[in-house]
Amino acid sequence: MNTVAQQNPVVSSPTQFAVQKPPSQFLPVALRTAGAWIVALLLFFPLGWLFLTAFKTEQQAISVPPLFLFAPTLENFHEVNSRSDYLLHAMNSLITSLGSTILGLAIAAPAAYSMAFFRTKKTRDILLWMLSTKMMPAVGALLPIYVMAQTAGMLDSVSALIIVFTLSNLPIMVWMLYTSYKDIPPEILEAARMDGATLWKEFRHVVLPLSVGGMASTGLLCLVLSWNEAFWSLNLVAAKAGTLATLIASYSSPEGLFWAKLSAASLLAIAPIVIFGWFSQKQLVQGLTFGAVK
Amino acid sequence: MSSPSSSNTRLLPRALMAPAIGTLFLWMIVPLCMTIYFSLVNYNLMQPGEKTFAGLDNFTYFITDPDFWPAVWNTLVLIGSVIGITVVLGVLLGLLVNDPFPGRGIVRVLLISPFFVMPAVNALLWKHMMMNPNYGVLADLWRNFGLTPVDWLTDWPLLSVIIMVAWQWLPFACLIFITSLQSLDREQMEAARMDGSNAFQRFFYLTVPHLARPMAVVIMIEMIFLLSIFAEIFITTSGGPGNASTNMTFLIYKQSLMNFDVGVASAGALFAVIFANIVSFFLVRMVGKNLD
Repeated sequence: MNTVAQQNPVVSSPTQFAVQKPPSQFLPVALRTAGAWIVALLLFFPLGWLFLTAFKTEQQAISVPPLFLFAPTLENFHEVNSRSDYLLHAMNSLITSLGSTILGLAIAAPAAYSMAFFRTKKTRDILLWMLSTKMMPAVGALLPIYVMAQTAGMLDSVSALIIVFTLSNLPIMVWMLYTSYKDIPPEILEAARMDGATLWKEFRHVVLPLSVGGMASTGLLCLVLSWNEAFWSLNLVAAKAGTLATLIASYSSPEGLFWAKLSAASLLAIAPIVIFGWFSQKQLVQGLTFGAVK
Repeated sequence: MSSPSSSNTRLLPRALMAPAIGTLFLWMIVPLCMTIYFSLVNYNLMQPGEKTFAGLDNFTYFITDPDFWPAVWNTLVLIGSVIGITVVLGVLLGLLVNDPFPGRGIVRVLLISPFFVMPAVNALLWKHMMMNPNYGVLADLWRNFGLTPVDWLTDWPLLSVIIMVAWQWLPFACLIFITSLQSLDREQMEAARMDGSNAFQRFFYLTVPHLARPMAVVIMIEMIFLLSIFAEIFITTSGGPGNASTNMTFLIYKQSLMNFDVGVASAGALFAVIFANIVSFFLVRMVGKNLD
Protein backbone atom coordinates (compact mmCIF):
# COMPACT_ATOMS: atom_id res chain seq x y z
CA MET A 1 0.00 0.00 0.00
CA ASN A 2 3.06 2.25 0.13
CA THR A 3 2.84 2.71 -3.58
CA VAL A 4 -0.58 4.29 -3.35
CA ALA A 5 0.75 7.15 -1.30
CA GLN A 6 3.70 7.56 -3.57
CA GLN A 7 1.49 7.75 -6.63
CA ASN A 8 -0.81 10.26 -4.97
CA PRO A 9 1.46 12.66 -3.18
CA VAL A 10 -1.19 15.37 -3.14
CA VAL A 11 -3.44 14.69 -0.18
CA SER A 12 -6.02 17.37 0.26
CA SER A 13 -7.48 16.46 3.64
CA PRO A 14 -6.64 14.12 6.50
CA THR A 15 -9.90 12.25 6.04
CA GLN A 16 -9.24 11.63 2.40
CA PHE A 17 -5.80 10.49 3.38
CA ALA A 18 -7.26 7.98 5.80
CA VAL A 19 -9.73 6.65 3.28
CA GLN A 20 -7.15 6.13 0.59
CA LYS A 21 -4.54 4.49 2.70
CA PRO A 22 -5.57 2.57 5.77
CA PRO A 23 -2.28 2.33 7.62
CA SER A 24 -3.24 -0.30 10.15
CA GLN A 25 -2.49 -3.14 7.75
CA PHE A 26 0.00 -5.66 8.96
CA LEU A 27 0.00 -7.92 5.93
CA PRO A 28 -0.27 -7.53 2.16
CA VAL A 29 -3.78 -7.74 0.70
CA ALA A 30 -3.35 -11.09 -1.05
CA LEU A 31 -2.14 -12.77 2.13
CA ARG A 32 -4.88 -11.24 4.24
CA THR A 33 -7.53 -12.25 1.75
CA ALA A 34 -6.33 -15.83 1.62
CA GLY A 35 -5.93 -16.05 5.38
CA ALA A 36 -9.33 -14.57 6.15
CA TRP A 37 -11.12 -16.85 3.67
CA ILE A 38 -9.37 -19.97 4.95
CA VAL A 39 -10.15 -19.20 8.58
CA ALA A 40 -13.75 -18.23 7.78
CA LEU A 41 -14.34 -21.42 5.78
CA LEU A 42 -12.77 -23.55 8.52
CA LEU A 43 -14.97 -21.98 11.19
CA PHE A 44 -18.02 -22.34 9.00
CA PHE A 45 -17.22 -25.91 7.99
CA PRO A 46 -19.18 -27.69 10.80
CA LEU A 47 -22.31 -25.79 9.80
CA GLY A 48 -21.75 -26.47 6.13
CA TRP A 49 -21.29 -30.14 6.95
CA LEU A 50 -24.55 -30.17 8.91
CA PHE A 51 -26.27 -28.70 5.88
CA LEU A 52 -24.83 -31.37 3.55
CA THR A 53 -25.60 -34.24 5.92
CA ALA A 54 -29.24 -33.17 6.14
CA PHE A 55 -29.64 -34.02 2.44
CA LYS A 56 -27.92 -37.42 2.58
CA THR A 57 -29.36 -40.87 3.12
CA GLU A 58 -28.48 -42.49 6.46
CA GLN A 59 -26.02 -44.74 4.63
CA GLN A 60 -24.26 -41.80 3.01
CA ALA A 61 -24.19 -39.87 6.27
CA ILE A 62 -21.87 -42.38 7.93
CA SER A 63 -19.81 -43.34 4.93
CA VAL A 64 -16.05 -43.59 5.31
CA PRO A 65 -14.45 -41.46 3.93
CA PRO A 66 -17.06 -38.71 4.32
CA LEU A 67 -19.00 -37.88 1.16
CA PHE A 68 -18.89 -34.43 -0.37
CA LEU A 69 -20.69 -35.27 -3.60
CA PHE A 70 -23.97 -37.18 -3.60
CA ALA A 71 -27.50 -37.07 -4.95
CA PRO A 72 -29.44 -34.96 -2.43
CA THR A 73 -32.64 -36.29 -0.92
CA LEU A 74 -35.45 -34.55 0.95
CA GLU A 75 -36.49 -37.74 2.71
CA ASN A 76 -35.04 -36.69 6.09
CA PHE A 77 -37.16 -33.58 6.22
CA HIS A 78 -40.33 -35.57 5.54
CA GLU A 79 -39.31 -38.02 8.22
CA VAL A 80 -38.66 -35.29 10.81
CA ASN A 81 -41.96 -33.67 10.00
CA SER A 82 -43.93 -36.85 10.44
CA ARG A 83 -42.12 -37.84 13.61
CA SER A 84 -42.38 -34.58 15.50
CA ASP A 85 -44.47 -31.48 15.19
CA TYR A 86 -41.90 -29.06 13.79
CA LEU A 87 -44.34 -26.22 13.27
CA LEU A 88 -45.58 -26.34 16.87
CA HIS A 89 -42.04 -26.16 18.24
CA ALA A 90 -41.04 -23.42 15.80
CA MET A 91 -44.13 -21.46 16.75
CA ASN A 92 -43.33 -21.83 20.46
CA SER A 93 -39.77 -20.67 19.82
CA LEU A 94 -41.04 -17.67 17.89
CA ILE A 95 -43.61 -16.70 20.51
CA THR A 96 -41.24 -17.06 23.47
CA SER A 97 -38.40 -15.19 21.70
CA LEU A 98 -40.56 -12.33 20.46
CA GLY A 99 -42.57 -12.15 23.67
CA SER A 100 -39.53 -11.99 25.94
CA THR A 101 -37.82 -9.47 23.66
CA ILE A 102 -40.79 -7.09 23.65
CA LEU A 103 -41.45 -7.48 27.36
CA GLY A 104 -37.74 -7.10 28.09
CA LEU A 105 -37.43 -3.90 26.06
CA ALA A 106 -40.53 -2.48 27.76
CA ILE A 107 -39.02 -3.05 31.22
CA ALA A 108 -35.39 -2.32 30.37
CA ALA A 109 -35.86 0.88 28.36
CA PRO A 110 -37.29 3.04 31.18
CA ALA A 111 -34.64 1.75 33.60
CA ALA A 112 -31.80 2.43 31.16
CA TYR A 113 -33.30 5.84 30.39
CA SER A 114 -33.37 6.70 34.06
CA MET A 115 -29.81 5.49 34.57
CA ALA A 116 -28.46 7.38 31.59
CA PHE A 117 -30.21 10.71 32.10
CA PHE A 118 -30.64 10.89 35.87
CA ARG A 119 -27.25 9.58 36.84
CA THR A 120 -26.34 9.39 40.48
CA LYS A 121 -23.43 7.90 42.36
CA LYS A 122 -25.44 4.72 42.73
CA THR A 123 -26.01 4.18 39.00
CA ARG A 124 -22.94 2.06 38.50
CA ASP A 125 -23.64 -0.03 41.58
CA ILE A 126 -27.17 -0.71 40.40
CA LEU A 127 -25.91 -1.80 36.99
CA LEU A 128 -23.31 -4.09 38.53
CA TRP A 129 -25.89 -5.55 40.89
CA MET A 130 -28.16 -6.30 37.93
CA LEU A 131 -25.32 -8.03 36.11
CA SER A 132 -24.44 -10.00 39.21
CA THR A 133 -27.94 -11.52 39.30
CA LYS A 134 -27.14 -12.86 35.84
CA MET A 135 -23.94 -14.42 37.10
CA MET A 136 -25.72 -16.76 39.49
CA PRO A 137 -26.04 -20.05 37.68
CA ALA A 138 -29.55 -20.80 36.51
CA VAL A 139 -29.29 -24.21 38.11
CA GLY A 140 -29.24 -22.50 41.50
CA ALA A 141 -32.70 -21.16 40.85
CA LEU A 142 -34.01 -24.21 39.02
CA LEU A 143 -35.78 -25.98 41.87
CA PRO A 144 -37.48 -22.89 43.33
CA ILE A 145 -38.59 -21.72 39.88
CA TYR A 146 -39.77 -25.22 39.06
CA VAL A 147 -41.77 -25.43 42.27
CA MET A 148 -43.22 -21.95 41.71
CA ALA A 149 -44.19 -22.74 38.13
CA GLN A 150 -45.77 -25.97 39.32
CA THR A 151 -47.72 -24.18 42.06
CA ALA A 152 -48.91 -21.55 39.59
CA GLY A 153 -49.90 -24.26 37.13
CA MET A 154 -47.47 -22.83 34.61
CA LEU A 155 -45.29 -25.85 33.96
CA ASP A 156 -45.07 -26.61 30.25
CA SER A 157 -46.51 -23.21 29.35
CA VAL A 158 -45.27 -20.60 26.93
CA SER A 159 -45.88 -17.78 29.40
CA ALA A 160 -43.56 -19.32 31.99
CA LEU A 161 -40.76 -19.38 29.44
CA ILE A 162 -41.45 -15.79 28.38
CA ILE A 163 -41.16 -14.61 31.98
CA VAL A 164 -38.01 -16.59 32.65
CA PHE A 165 -36.32 -15.51 29.39
CA THR A 166 -37.23 -11.88 30.02
CA LEU A 167 -35.76 -11.90 33.50
CA SER A 168 -32.62 -13.70 32.54
CA ASN A 169 -31.96 -11.33 29.62
CA LEU A 170 -32.96 -8.18 31.47
CA PRO A 171 -29.54 -7.27 32.97
CA ILE A 172 -27.83 -7.50 29.58
CA MET A 173 -30.61 -5.49 27.95
CA VAL A 174 -30.44 -2.71 30.55
CA TRP A 175 -26.68 -2.57 30.11
CA MET A 176 -26.85 -2.37 26.31
CA LEU A 177 -29.59 0.25 26.30
CA TYR A 178 -27.81 2.26 28.98
CA THR A 179 -24.63 2.45 26.90
CA SER A 180 -26.58 3.49 23.83
CA TYR A 181 -28.62 6.17 25.65
CA LYS A 182 -25.49 7.52 27.28
CA ASP A 183 -24.21 8.62 23.88
CA ILE A 184 -27.11 11.05 23.54
CA PRO A 185 -26.05 14.53 24.67
CA PRO A 186 -28.20 15.53 27.67
CA GLU A 187 -28.47 19.06 26.27
CA ILE A 188 -30.81 17.82 23.57
CA LEU A 189 -33.16 16.40 26.20
CA GLU A 190 -32.83 19.59 28.18
CA ALA A 191 -33.93 21.58 25.15
CA ALA A 192 -36.90 19.31 24.54
CA ARG A 193 -37.88 19.64 28.17
CA MET A 194 -37.67 23.42 27.99
CA ASP A 195 -40.08 23.29 25.09
CA GLY A 196 -42.50 21.52 27.38
CA ALA A 197 -42.16 18.00 26.03
CA THR A 198 -43.65 15.34 28.29
CA LEU A 199 -41.58 12.35 29.30
CA TRP A 200 -43.22 10.12 26.71
CA LYS A 201 -42.81 12.70 23.94
CA GLU A 202 -39.21 13.23 24.92
CA PHE A 203 -38.62 9.48 24.72
CA ARG A 204 -40.63 8.98 21.55
CA HIS A 205 -39.33 11.97 19.56
CA VAL A 206 -35.82 12.51 20.90
CA VAL A 207 -34.37 9.44 22.60
CA LEU A 208 -35.91 6.75 20.39
CA PRO A 209 -34.80 8.21 17.03
CA LEU A 210 -31.29 8.82 18.35
CA SER A 211 -30.90 5.37 19.86
CA VAL A 212 -32.80 3.29 17.33
CA GLY A 213 -29.59 1.42 16.44
CA GLY A 214 -28.97 0.48 20.06
CA MET A 215 -32.59 -0.53 20.62
CA ALA A 216 -32.62 -2.73 17.52
CA SER A 217 -29.34 -4.31 18.44
CA THR A 218 -30.52 -5.03 21.99
CA GLY A 219 -33.70 -6.59 20.67
CA LEU A 220 -31.79 -8.70 18.17
CA LEU A 221 -29.37 -10.06 20.76
CA CYS A 222 -32.24 -10.88 23.10
CA LEU A 223 -34.06 -12.63 20.27
CA VAL A 224 -31.02 -14.77 19.48
CA LEU A 225 -30.37 -15.62 23.13
CA SER A 226 -34.00 -16.58 23.77
CA TRP A 227 -34.29 -18.64 20.60
CA ASN A 228 -31.18 -20.61 21.54
CA GLU A 229 -31.86 -20.94 25.26
CA ALA A 230 -31.73 -24.56 26.31
CA PHE A 231 -31.50 -24.89 30.09
CA TRP A 232 -34.91 -23.54 31.05
CA SER A 233 -36.58 -24.98 27.97
CA LEU A 234 -35.29 -28.44 28.75
CA ASN A 235 -36.38 -28.26 32.38
CA LEU A 236 -39.61 -26.25 32.39
CA VAL A 237 -41.48 -27.27 29.27
CA ALA A 238 -42.23 -30.49 27.45
CA ALA A 239 -44.72 -31.55 24.81
CA LYS A 240 -47.13 -28.64 24.79
CA ALA A 241 -44.85 -25.61 25.02
CA GLY A 242 -41.63 -27.27 23.82
CA THR A 243 -39.33 -25.01 21.82
CA LEU A 244 -36.98 -26.03 19.04
CA ALA A 245 -34.25 -26.59 21.65
CA THR A 246 -36.35 -29.31 23.28
CA LEU A 247 -37.15 -30.79 19.86
CA ILE A 248 -33.44 -31.14 19.14
CA ALA A 249 -32.69 -32.57 22.56
CA SER A 250 -35.24 -35.32 21.87
CA TYR A 251 -33.03 -36.41 18.97
CA SER A 252 -30.00 -36.70 21.21
CA SER A 253 -30.99 -39.94 22.88
CA PRO A 254 -28.76 -42.82 21.88
CA GLU A 255 -30.95 -44.64 19.43
CA GLY A 256 -28.41 -45.56 16.82
CA LEU A 257 -26.77 -43.54 14.13
CA PHE A 258 -29.49 -41.45 12.53
CA TRP A 259 -27.25 -38.58 11.59
CA ALA A 260 -29.10 -37.54 8.47
CA LYS A 261 -32.41 -37.15 10.30
CA LEU A 262 -30.64 -35.47 13.20
CA SER A 263 -29.03 -33.04 10.76
CA ALA A 264 -32.32 -32.30 9.06
CA ALA A 265 -33.99 -31.56 12.39
CA SER A 266 -31.04 -29.43 13.49
CA LEU A 267 -31.03 -27.53 10.24
CA LEU A 268 -34.73 -26.81 10.59
CA ALA A 269 -34.17 -25.62 14.15
CA ILE A 270 -31.32 -23.23 13.47
CA ALA A 271 -32.12 -22.05 9.93
CA PRO A 272 -34.62 -19.32 10.93
CA ILE A 273 -32.34 -17.67 13.48
CA VAL A 274 -29.11 -18.12 11.48
CA ILE A 275 -30.61 -16.62 8.33
CA PHE A 276 -32.17 -13.85 10.38
CA GLY A 277 -28.77 -13.29 11.99
CA TRP A 278 -27.04 -13.04 8.61
CA PHE A 279 -29.33 -10.25 7.51
CA SER A 280 -29.24 -8.38 10.79
CA GLN A 281 -25.57 -8.87 11.71
CA LYS A 282 -24.53 -5.34 10.74
CA GLN A 283 -27.29 -3.90 12.87
CA LEU A 284 -26.51 -6.28 15.73
CA VAL A 285 -22.82 -5.42 15.76
CA GLN A 286 -23.43 -1.66 15.93
CA GLY A 287 -24.93 -1.81 19.38
CA LEU A 288 -22.92 -4.75 20.64
CA THR A 289 -20.12 -2.61 22.00
CA PHE A 290 -21.37 -2.25 25.58
CA GLY A 291 -19.65 1.11 25.70
CA ALA A 292 -16.37 -0.48 24.69
CA VAL A 293 -16.03 1.83 21.71
CA LYS A 294 -15.58 5.50 22.43
CA MET B 1 -29.05 17.50 35.35
CA SER B 2 -29.24 21.21 35.98
CA SER B 3 -33.03 21.33 36.16
CA PRO B 4 -34.52 22.54 39.42
CA SER B 5 -35.07 19.64 41.76
CA SER B 6 -38.77 19.44 42.33
CA SER B 7 -40.21 16.34 43.92
CA ASN B 8 -41.03 15.20 40.40
CA THR B 9 -37.43 14.99 39.25
CA ARG B 10 -36.48 12.96 42.27
CA LEU B 11 -39.35 10.52 42.05
CA LEU B 12 -39.34 10.01 38.32
CA PRO B 13 -35.97 8.27 37.96
CA ARG B 14 -36.91 5.81 40.66
CA ALA B 15 -40.32 5.16 39.17
CA LEU B 16 -38.72 4.40 35.82
CA MET B 17 -36.25 1.99 37.33
CA ALA B 18 -38.75 0.31 39.63
CA PRO B 19 -40.05 -2.36 37.24
CA ALA B 20 -36.58 -3.58 36.29
CA ILE B 21 -35.19 -3.49 39.80
CA GLY B 22 -38.33 -4.93 41.36
CA THR B 23 -38.61 -7.90 39.04
CA LEU B 24 -34.90 -8.65 39.18
CA PHE B 25 -34.95 -8.41 42.96
CA LEU B 26 -37.83 -10.90 43.16
CA TRP B 27 -36.11 -13.10 40.57
CA MET B 28 -33.07 -13.19 42.81
CA ILE B 29 -34.42 -13.13 46.34
CA VAL B 30 -37.35 -15.53 46.16
CA PRO B 31 -35.39 -18.45 44.71
CA LEU B 32 -32.54 -17.63 47.05
CA CYS B 33 -34.74 -17.82 50.15
CA MET B 34 -36.38 -21.02 48.97
CA THR B 35 -32.99 -22.50 48.20
CA ILE B 36 -31.71 -21.61 51.65
CA TYR B 37 -34.78 -23.28 53.20
CA PHE B 38 -34.47 -26.40 51.03
CA SER B 39 -30.78 -26.67 51.82
CA LEU B 40 -31.52 -27.00 55.54
CA VAL B 41 -34.07 -29.82 55.33
CA ASN B 42 -34.13 -33.44 54.27
CA TYR B 43 -36.10 -33.28 51.06
CA ASN B 44 -36.01 -35.99 48.44
CA LEU B 45 -38.60 -36.08 45.67
CA MET B 46 -38.56 -39.87 45.77
CA GLN B 47 -39.33 -39.99 49.50
CA PRO B 48 -42.48 -37.97 50.09
CA GLY B 49 -43.31 -37.10 53.66
CA GLU B 50 -42.19 -34.75 56.37
CA LYS B 51 -39.34 -32.45 55.58
CA THR B 52 -37.17 -32.80 58.63
CA PHE B 53 -34.54 -30.34 59.74
CA ALA B 54 -31.15 -31.46 58.51
CA GLY B 55 -28.83 -28.81 59.85
CA LEU B 56 -25.73 -28.60 57.72
CA ASP B 57 -25.84 -32.24 56.60
CA ASN B 58 -26.66 -31.33 53.01
CA PHE B 59 -23.69 -28.97 52.80
CA THR B 60 -21.34 -31.54 54.26
CA TYR B 61 -22.67 -34.15 51.86
CA PHE B 62 -22.28 -31.91 48.84
CA ILE B 63 -18.81 -30.65 49.66
CA THR B 64 -17.46 -34.10 50.55
CA ASP B 65 -18.85 -35.53 47.33
CA PRO B 66 -15.77 -36.79 45.45
CA ASP B 67 -17.08 -34.93 42.41
CA PHE B 68 -17.10 -31.54 44.16
CA TRP B 69 -13.53 -30.31 43.75
CA PRO B 70 -13.17 -31.74 40.24
CA ALA B 71 -16.34 -29.82 39.33
CA VAL B 72 -14.92 -26.56 40.72
CA TRP B 73 -11.69 -27.17 38.83
CA ASN B 74 -13.46 -28.11 35.60
CA THR B 75 -15.60 -24.98 35.78
CA LEU B 76 -12.53 -22.78 36.15
CA VAL B 77 -10.62 -24.59 33.40
CA LEU B 78 -13.60 -24.38 31.06
CA ILE B 79 -14.15 -20.66 31.63
CA GLY B 80 -10.44 -19.81 31.56
CA SER B 81 -9.67 -21.78 28.40
CA VAL B 82 -12.66 -20.54 26.44
CA ILE B 83 -12.02 -16.91 27.38
CA GLY B 84 -8.32 -17.28 26.58
CA ILE B 85 -8.97 -18.90 23.20
CA THR B 86 -11.72 -16.51 22.13
CA VAL B 87 -9.92 -13.33 23.20
CA VAL B 88 -6.59 -14.21 21.57
CA LEU B 89 -8.08 -15.65 18.36
CA GLY B 90 -10.77 -12.97 18.34
CA VAL B 91 -8.20 -10.17 18.32
CA LEU B 92 -6.10 -11.87 15.63
CA LEU B 93 -9.16 -12.54 13.48
CA GLY B 94 -10.40 -9.01 14.05
CA LEU B 95 -7.09 -7.64 12.77
CA LEU B 96 -7.20 -10.00 9.81
CA VAL B 97 -10.59 -8.78 8.59
CA ASN B 98 -10.29 -5.17 9.77
CA ASP B 99 -9.29 -3.72 6.42
CA PRO B 100 -11.12 -4.18 3.12
CA PHE B 101 -10.35 -7.21 0.95
CA PRO B 102 -12.31 -9.10 -1.71
CA GLY B 103 -15.33 -10.84 -0.21
CA ARG B 104 -15.05 -9.23 3.24
CA GLY B 105 -18.83 -9.12 3.62
CA ILE B 106 -19.20 -12.86 3.02
CA VAL B 107 -16.26 -13.69 5.27
CA ARG B 108 -17.90 -11.71 8.06
CA VAL B 109 -21.17 -13.57 7.64
CA LEU B 110 -19.34 -16.93 7.66
CA LEU B 111 -17.34 -15.97 10.75
CA ILE B 112 -20.33 -14.83 12.76
CA SER B 113 -22.58 -17.81 11.94
CA PRO B 114 -21.64 -20.14 14.84
CA PHE B 115 -22.89 -17.52 17.32
CA PHE B 116 -26.46 -18.02 16.09
CA VAL B 117 -26.40 -21.80 16.49
CA MET B 118 -28.23 -23.07 19.53
CA PRO B 119 -26.02 -24.88 22.07
CA ALA B 120 -28.04 -28.08 21.68
CA VAL B 121 -27.33 -28.26 17.95
CA ASN B 122 -23.73 -27.20 18.50
CA ALA B 123 -23.30 -30.11 20.90
CA LEU B 124 -24.94 -32.72 18.66
CA LEU B 125 -23.10 -31.53 15.58
CA TRP B 126 -19.69 -31.82 17.21
CA LYS B 127 -20.50 -34.99 19.14
CA HIS B 128 -21.57 -36.94 16.07
CA MET B 129 -20.54 -35.50 12.75
CA MET B 130 -17.21 -33.99 13.85
CA MET B 131 -15.88 -36.03 16.77
CA ASN B 132 -17.21 -39.52 16.28
CA PRO B 133 -14.13 -41.79 16.35
CA ASN B 134 -15.32 -43.91 13.41
CA TYR B 135 -17.41 -41.83 11.05
CA GLY B 136 -16.56 -38.29 12.14
CA VAL B 137 -14.87 -35.75 9.92
CA LEU B 138 -12.00 -35.31 12.37
CA ALA B 139 -11.40 -39.06 12.44
CA ASP B 140 -11.11 -39.01 8.66
CA LEU B 141 -8.72 -36.06 8.84
CA TRP B 142 -6.57 -37.96 11.33
CA ARG B 143 -6.57 -41.06 9.09
CA ASN B 144 -5.50 -38.91 6.13
CA PHE B 145 -2.41 -37.97 8.06
CA GLY B 146 -1.80 -41.60 8.94
CA LEU B 147 -2.76 -41.10 12.59
CA THR B 148 -5.09 -43.15 14.77
CA PRO B 149 -8.42 -41.31 15.11
CA VAL B 150 -9.00 -39.81 18.54
CA ASP B 151 -12.02 -40.79 20.60
CA TRP B 152 -12.59 -37.20 21.61
CA LEU B 153 -15.48 -37.49 24.06
CA THR B 154 -13.94 -40.44 25.90
CA ASP B 155 -10.27 -39.49 25.93
CA TRP B 156 -10.47 -35.68 25.95
CA PRO B 157 -13.96 -34.90 27.32
CA LEU B 158 -13.23 -31.49 28.81
CA LEU B 159 -11.15 -30.41 25.82
CA SER B 160 -14.01 -31.46 23.53
CA VAL B 161 -16.45 -29.31 25.46
CA ILE B 162 -13.98 -26.42 25.40
CA ILE B 163 -13.67 -26.70 21.60
CA MET B 164 -17.45 -26.65 21.15
CA VAL B 165 -17.98 -23.69 23.46
CA ALA B 166 -15.03 -21.74 22.04
CA TRP B 167 -16.36 -22.33 18.51
CA GLN B 168 -19.64 -20.78 19.61
CA TRP B 169 -18.15 -17.75 21.38
CA LEU B 170 -15.25 -16.89 19.08
CA PRO B 171 -17.55 -15.03 16.65
CA PHE B 172 -18.96 -12.94 19.49
CA ALA B 173 -15.51 -11.88 20.71
CA CYS B 174 -14.37 -11.32 17.15
CA LEU B 175 -17.36 -9.08 16.37
CA ILE B 176 -16.76 -6.86 19.37
CA PHE B 177 -13.09 -6.52 18.47
CA ILE B 178 -13.92 -5.75 14.83
CA THR B 179 -16.28 -2.98 15.91
CA SER B 180 -13.69 -1.61 18.28
CA LEU B 181 -10.86 -1.76 15.75
CA GLN B 182 -12.91 0.38 13.39
CA SER B 183 -12.53 3.25 15.84
CA LEU B 184 -8.77 2.86 16.19
CA ASP B 185 -7.14 6.18 15.38
CA ARG B 186 -5.61 5.60 11.95
CA GLU B 187 -3.68 8.86 11.94
CA GLN B 188 -2.02 7.92 15.19
CA MET B 189 -1.13 4.56 13.66
CA GLU B 190 0.28 6.26 10.62
CA ALA B 191 2.28 8.68 12.75
CA ALA B 192 3.77 5.76 14.66
CA ARG B 193 4.64 4.08 11.38
CA MET B 194 6.32 7.21 10.07
CA ASP B 195 8.35 7.38 13.24
CA GLY B 196 9.81 4.05 12.32
CA SER B 197 7.89 1.67 14.58
CA ASN B 198 7.45 -1.87 13.33
CA ALA B 199 4.18 -3.82 13.16
CA PHE B 200 4.75 -5.55 16.49
CA GLN B 201 5.44 -2.32 18.31
CA ARG B 202 2.32 -0.74 16.83
CA PHE B 203 0.32 -3.81 17.85
CA PHE B 204 1.50 -3.88 21.46
CA TYR B 205 1.65 -0.14 22.11
CA LEU B 206 -1.36 1.10 20.14
CA THR B 207 -3.75 -1.71 19.25
CA VAL B 208 -3.66 -3.69 22.48
CA PRO B 209 -4.24 -0.67 24.77
CA HIS B 210 -7.10 0.40 22.49
CA LEU B 211 -8.64 -3.06 22.85
CA ALA B 212 -8.42 -3.13 26.67
CA ARG B 213 -12.01 -1.99 27.08
CA PRO B 214 -13.57 -4.38 24.57
CA MET B 215 -11.52 -7.18 26.10
CA ALA B 216 -12.97 -6.36 29.51
CA VAL B 217 -16.45 -6.41 28.00
CA VAL B 218 -15.89 -9.74 26.23
CA ILE B 219 -14.51 -11.32 29.41
CA MET B 220 -17.42 -10.03 31.49
CA ILE B 221 -20.13 -11.25 29.12
CA GLU B 222 -18.53 -14.59 28.38
CA MET B 223 -18.01 -15.19 32.08
CA ILE B 224 -21.70 -14.63 32.69
CA PHE B 225 -22.68 -17.21 30.10
CA LEU B 226 -19.87 -19.70 30.68
CA LEU B 227 -20.56 -20.03 34.40
CA SER B 228 -23.76 -21.80 33.47
CA ILE B 229 -22.67 -23.95 30.54
CA PHE B 230 -25.12 -26.84 30.53
CA ALA B 231 -26.47 -28.05 27.18
CA GLU B 232 -23.07 -28.83 25.70
CA ILE B 233 -22.23 -31.12 28.63
CA PHE B 234 -25.71 -32.58 29.07
CA ILE B 235 -25.92 -33.65 25.44
CA THR B 236 -22.37 -34.80 24.76
CA THR B 237 -20.61 -36.33 27.76
CA SER B 238 -23.20 -36.14 30.56
CA GLY B 239 -20.34 -34.95 32.71
CA GLY B 240 -18.30 -38.08 32.10
CA PRO B 241 -16.43 -40.26 31.78
CA GLY B 242 -16.54 -40.31 35.56
CA ASN B 243 -16.48 -36.65 36.50
CA ALA B 244 -14.00 -35.60 33.83
CA SER B 245 -16.28 -33.00 32.28
CA THR B 246 -18.65 -32.24 35.16
CA ASN B 247 -18.90 -28.54 35.98
CA MET B 248 -20.74 -26.96 38.91
CA THR B 249 -23.94 -26.49 36.94
CA PHE B 250 -23.98 -30.09 35.85
CA LEU B 251 -23.10 -31.45 39.30
CA ILE B 252 -26.04 -29.62 40.88
CA TYR B 253 -28.29 -30.74 38.05
CA LYS B 254 -27.20 -34.32 38.67
CA GLN B 255 -28.08 -34.04 42.37
CA SER B 256 -31.49 -32.50 41.78
CA LEU B 257 -32.96 -34.09 38.70
CA MET B 258 -31.06 -37.36 38.57
CA ASN B 259 -30.80 -38.15 42.28
CA PHE B 260 -33.97 -36.20 43.15
CA ASP B 261 -32.27 -34.93 46.29
CA VAL B 262 -33.59 -31.39 46.59
CA GLY B 263 -31.81 -30.76 49.88
CA VAL B 264 -28.33 -31.59 48.63
CA ALA B 265 -28.97 -29.91 45.29
CA SER B 266 -30.02 -26.73 47.10
CA ALA B 267 -26.90 -26.79 49.23
CA GLY B 268 -24.98 -27.16 45.97
CA ALA B 269 -26.89 -24.28 44.44
CA LEU B 270 -25.86 -22.06 47.34
CA PHE B 271 -22.27 -23.06 46.76
CA ALA B 272 -22.71 -22.12 43.11
CA VAL B 273 -24.05 -18.73 44.14
CA ILE B 274 -21.10 -18.16 46.47
CA PHE B 275 -18.75 -19.42 43.77
CA ALA B 276 -20.28 -17.05 41.20
CA ASN B 277 -19.97 -14.18 43.66
CA ILE B 278 -16.31 -14.87 44.28
CA VAL B 279 -15.66 -14.98 40.55
CA SER B 280 -17.71 -11.86 39.91
CA PHE B 281 -16.05 -10.01 42.78
CA PHE B 282 -12.70 -10.23 41.04
CA LEU B 283 -14.32 -9.65 37.69
CA VAL B 284 -16.10 -6.51 38.78
CA ARG B 285 -12.90 -5.09 40.25
CA MET B 286 -11.24 -5.81 36.93
CA VAL B 287 -13.80 -4.48 34.47
CA GLY B 288 -16.15 -2.43 36.65
CA LYS B 289 -14.34 0.79 35.92
CA ASN B 290 -14.92 0.21 32.25
CA LEU B 291 -18.69 0.20 32.60
CA ASP B 292 -19.20 3.94 32.98
